[in-house]
This record gives sequence, structure tokens and C-alpha cells, in this order.
Amino acid sequence: MTISPDAIILWRWGWLHINATMAFTWVVMFLLAGGSWLITRRLSQGPVISRWQNLLEVVVTGIRDQIREVSRQEPGRYLPFVGTLFLFVAMANLLTVVPGYRAPTGSLSTTTALALCVLIAVPVYGIAAEGVVAYLRKYTRPTVLMLPFNIIGELSRTIALAVRLYGNIMSGTVIVAILVGLAPLLFPIVMRLLGLLTGMIQAYIIAVLAMVYIASASKIERRDAGGAGSAESQDTPEEGHG
Amino acid sequence: MDSVSLIGMVSVITAGLTIAIGSVGPALGEARAVAQALAAMAQQPDEAGTISRTLFVGLAMIESTAIYCFVVAMILIFANPFWDRVTAGG
Repeated sequence: MTISPDAIILWRWGWLHINATMAFTWVVMFLLAGGSWLITRRLSQGPVISRWQNLLEVVVTGIRDQIREVSRQEPGRYLPFVGTLFLFVAMANLLTVVPGYRAPTGSLSTTTALALCVLIAVPVYGIAAEGVVAYLRKYTRPTVLMLPFNIIGELSRTIALAVRLYGNIMSGTVIVAILVGLAPLLFPIVMRLLGLLTGMIQAYIIAVLAMVYIASASKIERRDAGGAGSAESQDTPEEGHG
Repeated sequence: MDSVSLIGMVSVITAGLTIAIGSVGPALGEARAVAQALAAMAQQPDEAGTISRTLFVGLAMIESTAIYCFVVAMILIFANPFWDRVTAGG
């Protein structure tokens, strides 16, 4: 039983080899990019839109609404990163309905790469929002004594992000593989369905967590700016209680 | 008892104990979180969207502790470094 799709070598030439993780990652990337390119070639602004444009509009609008609700900020800056993260993981997990496909998110190298992207994106968005000094000062926020703990927290949540996604997808694969040996008729299908649900939830979770981390790194700017519209107006009734 | 069988025995027993003990805490925590969320949703149906979104994120955070235990158990059984070293050396 192969746990990780890293162990499945599809093609080898000298020291160069292509394993299933890389191949299926490219399949997912090609499907996402190619599909989006095909659909967005002919967009219409009129009342009649094609069904594929409708699909993309639903997806993009849904992601924008979720980002707006989670971060209480305008989603425009965060949409490319967080939306891509969600769409890639969701697509990678949903394609497990295709026979012979191994989800690349079931490999620790893919999830580590995604978590490293989040680790880098947090300071990038934070510095872009409020400058280098203000961002770095945030690490010493309560006192300077908290500096090592903040750094450890930054690293440990990255590891948690990687292992969480990997563990969920890998556990689904392993459970299905064990059940195929034990009770091959019905139970693997049920667990596969559960795996699809878990995959979608995990895609949502990793996107929301990335958004929460990024938003918490660039939050001060919103308070200082004062007039961030909807977020401020939502905060005011809560202040009336106190 | 030679070291190969000792390492195999300890690995299997530890893997079972890891997943058994490690799933108790998250199970209790998730049950508590879901119960609280259902009570909150019953009291405030208007806030069901916000509550369920927070619930999902929280459940994933709680569940990840069980997932860590599962990963450790899988490493002990399928990718045990000590087992590999002993079997390769002997």
C-alpha cells in the first residue's frame, strides 16, 4: 500500500523523475487555468450569459463574499491568493472521483508548499498594508518578551496548516485502501463520499485560515484609516452594549 | 527477544495507543463545540451562517489534533525510521 503519491514514479530519466504528485498537480493546474481561459474568452455583460460564465461568476462572487465576511475588509487584494488556494485544493480533492487519480494534496510535499506560500504571503500582505517597521513591531506587541513566542507561533501554525490538510486527505485514502481489502462492496464508496466532503471542508478551512492569518497581520491599518465603511458600521452596535 | 521484534511490537502497540488516546480528547471537544453551536443556532437562527462558518473552522482546528495522532500512528506503522534502520542493518 502506497500512502503518498510521491512514491508512485510515472516516468524516470536518469536522476530526473516525475511522480504522481507532480503529474496530477499539473493536471489540476491545467484544468483550472485552461478552463478559466476557455470560459473567459467570451464574456458578456448583457442579461443573457452562458452557463459557464454563470458558474465562474457564482464561484468568484462566493469567494469574494466569504473573504469580506471573514476579514471585514474589501476582498480585492486578497482574492487572487486566497481564491487560488481554495480553488486549487478544492479541485485537487474533488477530482478523486476520477478513477486512477491520486490527490496531490495527499502528499506532504504539496501541502508543505501551500503552507509555505501562506507563511510568505502573511508578511508580504502585512508589509504592503502598513509598512516594514509597523509590521515588525507587531511581533513585540504585548511586550518584547513575547517575541520568541510570536515567531514560534508563526512557524507552528505553518506546520499545522500543512499536516492538517495532508492528514485529512491521506487518512481518507488510507481508510479507503483498507476497506477495499476488508469489505470491498459498499463501504469504500461511503468513505469516498465522506472523503469528498472532508476535502471540500479542508479546502474551505485552509483558505479561511490563510485569510485570517493575513487579515490579522494587516489589521491596524483598518482602524487607523477610520472610514472602512461596512466594517465600521457593523462594529458600532456592539459598542453600544458595553 | 531480538531488537527487530521488539521494535515491531513497541511500534504497533504505540500506534494503537496513540490513535486510541489521541481521539478521545478531540471527540469530547468536538461534541462540546457542536452542542454549543446548535444551542446558539436555535437561539439565534439569523446568525446561523456566521455560527456554522466559525463552527467549521473550529472543528477543523480541534480535529487536527486527532489528525496529528493519526499521522504519528501511520508513521509508526508504515514509515518507522527505527524499523527501517534495523531491517536494513540486519
